[in-house]
Amino acid sequence: MSVKAISDYITQPKDTVANFNGMQVVYVYWVKHLMYCSPFAFLVSPDMTLAGFFAEVLRPAIKDHPDSTRVNFMEAQWLLNGQAFSPTPEVALLAQGIDHKSMLTLTTPGLSGINGCAS
Amino acid sequence: MATNKKKLSLKDKYQYLTRDMAWEPSYQSKKDIFPQEDFEGIKITDWDKWEDPFRLTMDAYWKYQAEKEKKLYAIFDAFAQNNGHQNISDARYVNALKLFLTGVSPLEYGAFQGYSRVGRQFSGAGARTACQMQAIDELRHVQTQIHAMSHYNKHFNGLHDFAHMHDRIWFLSVPKSFFDDARSAGPFEFLTAISFSFEYVLTNLLFVPFMSGAAYNGDMATVTFGFSAQSDEARHMTLGLEVIKFMLEQHEDNVPIIQHWIDKWFWRGYRLLSLVSMMMDYMLPNKVMSWKDAWEVYYEQNGGALFKDLERYGIRPPKYQDEANKGKEHISHQLWATFYQYCQATNFHTWIPSEEEMNWLSEQYPDTFDQYYRPRFEHWQALQEKGERFYNNTLPQLCQVCQVPALFTEPDDPTKLSHRSLEHEGERYHFCSDGCCDIFKYEPDKYIQAWLPVHQIYQGNCEGADVETVVTKYYHIDAGRDNFEYLGSPDHKRWQAIKGQKPDESQAAKPKNAA
Ligand SMILES: [Fe+2]
Ligand SMILES: [Fe+2]
Ligand SMILES: [Zn+2]
Repeated sequence: MSVKAISDYITQPKDTVANFNGMQVVYVYWVKHLMYCSPFAFLVSPDMTLAGFFAEVLRPAIKDHPDSTRVNFMEAQWLLNGQAFSPTPEVALLAQGIDHKSMLTLTTPGLSGINGCAS
Repeated sequence: MATNKKKLSLKDKYQYLTRDMAWEPSYQSKKDIFPQEDFEGIKITDWDKWEDPFRLTMDAYWKYQAEKEKKLYAIFDAFAQNNGHQNISDARYVNALKLFLTGVSPLEYGAFQGYSRVGRQFSGAGARTACQMQAIDELRHVQTQIHAMSHYNKHFNGLHDFAHMHDRIWFLSVPKSFFDDARSAGPFEFLTAISFSFEYVLTNLLFVPFMSGAAYNGDMATVTFGFSAQSDEARHMTLGLEVIKFMLEQHEDNVPIIQHWIDKWFWRGYRLLSLVSMMMDYMLPNKVMSWKDAWEVYYEQNGGALFKDLERYGIRPPKYQDEANKGKEHISHQLWATFYQYCQATNFHTWIPSEEEMNWLSEQYPDTFDQYYRPRFEHWQALQEKGERFYNNTLPQLCQVCQVPALFTEPDDPTKLSHRSLEHEGERYHFCSDGCCDIFKYEPDKYIQAWLPVHQIYQGNCEGADVETVVTKYYHIDAGRDNFEYLGSPDHKRWQAIKGQKPDESQAAKPKNAA
C-alpha cells in the first residue's frame, strides 16, 4: 500500500549503496551469542575478500567473547540473507553475492554462549 | 431587585466560548478551510455528536493552570535552595532523569506542535478547542520538566544539551522517529496515535514509572512536576477515548482504518516503552515495581477491559498484543544489556546491578532472569573486576521502523533474535520483529526514508568516522564525563564526596578497550 497523503508523495530510499562512498554495509548475526545484543553492522569495501573480512573485521569484533577462540569460520554454518551459503575465502564479498545490506548468519555448532545460555 | 445579569452555568459558558465561536462559512468552502479532514478516509457525518471531553473555557483554564504553576515553582525554588539533589537515594538515579530529559521532554514539545497543527484542521469546533488546550498543556509540560531538572544540571553530567542530543544521538532516534511518524500523519491518525494509543492506552507505563520512581528515590522536584501534570493527563486520556469512540460511531467504514492504526501505534508505543522497561528494572536504585508487574496491571488488565469495551464497535485488541505480553519477561534485561555495552555513546552511565538487585530481578522474573540474563551480567561483572569492562566496539544493526537495535528475541524462543527482512524496490530492509515489518509493508514509502543513525555515521554525515569523534563533535557528549561506566565516573565521585564516602577505584570507568 502507498502512503495516504495530501499531495503526490515522492520519496527516495536513504540508504542506497551509492550513498556510502564506495563502501557497503554488511551485517553479521552470531547465533546463540547474544552477549552481542544485535547483529553487527560493518562498513566494508565490496572488493574485500571474505578471508580479509574474517581476519580484519569479524575476528576483532567477536574477540571479547569467551567462545571466540574456538570459532573456525570456514567450518561454521553460514546463511546469506536466510539462504544456505558456502563461503569462498579468496573471493571478494560482492563477487560471492554479499551485497549492500546483506546479512550473514553465523552458526557455530557446539558453542552456545556464556554458560550455554545463548549469551 | 430583579437582575438580568444572571451568572452563566458552566455548561452555557462553555457553549458560548467554544462552539458558538465557530460559524458556517459563506464565501469559502469548508473543504478549503479544512483541507486535511478527508484524505485519510475517515468519514465524519455529524460533528455535533462530538462530546466535549473537558468542559473548560480558556479563562478558567488560565486561572487554574496559573495556580498550579505558582505552587510548582515555589517547590522548585525550595528544592534548589535546600540542595535537594543531595537527598536522592543514589546518584545512579540521575541517569533516569537524563533519559527522561533527552528522550521524553522533547516529545512533549513534539506533542505541542502536533496538537497545534491538528487543532487547526478539524471542522468541528469542539475537537479544535480540545486539541488547542492540549497543545498548551504540552508546552507547559516541556517547560516545567526542563525547570524541574535544571537543578540537576548544576551538579551532574549529561543533562547540558538535551534538545540537540534528542535530534542526534542514536538511541534518541527511537522516541524522535516515533513522534515524527505521528506528526507527519493526517490529523485523525495523529489523534489515534498520540491521544488514544499513547495517552490513553500506554501513558501509565510512562508516567507511573518516572513519577513514582522520583517519589521512591527522593526526587521532590520531579514528583511535584508529576502532580502538577496529573490533572492535565486525566484530560488527555479523556480526549483519547472520546476521539476513538467518536470516529467509530460516525461511520462503519472508519472501523478497519482505525483498527490498522491501533495495531500500528500499539506496537510503536510498545517498542518505545522498552526504554522505560529498563529504566524501571535497572536504573531506579529504589524500585517501584517490575516492568512485568506494571505491564500486567496497566496493559493486560486495564487494556484488556478497554478492548473488551471497544468490541461492540468491531474493534479487536492490537494485532501483536500477545507478543508484547510475552516480551514482558525479557525486554528490560535485553535493553539494559544493550546500553551496558554501548554506553560509550550515551549521555548517561550504565552499570552491573548489585547482588541485591540481581536477587530482586531473580525474584521478579523467576522464569527468565537466572536462565537467560544473569550469566551475561555476571560474566561482565567478572571482567569489570579484572579492569576489563566490556564495551561493544561495533555498531549495531537497527530496525528500519522502530530504530531500536535489532535486539529482541522470538516470542517463544529467547535464544534467537526475531530478526525479519524483506526486499522492496531492489533494496533490502531489516526489522526487529513481525510488528515492525508489518508497519513497513503497509507504508513502505514512509520508512525507506528513515534517518538511521548507524547508516548516517557510515555515510559520513555525522562529523566523523570513529565513535569518539561522533560522540564528542556530533552528539555533544562530553567524552569521559557523560558516558561510560557509572563506577568511577565523575558523577559517582561527586556523589561519594557529597556523602563523605571514600572513592573506590577497583572497578574504574575508563575501559582499556573502549572505542
Ligand atoms: Fe504531556
Ligand atoms: Fe499528555
Ligand atoms: Zn522494530
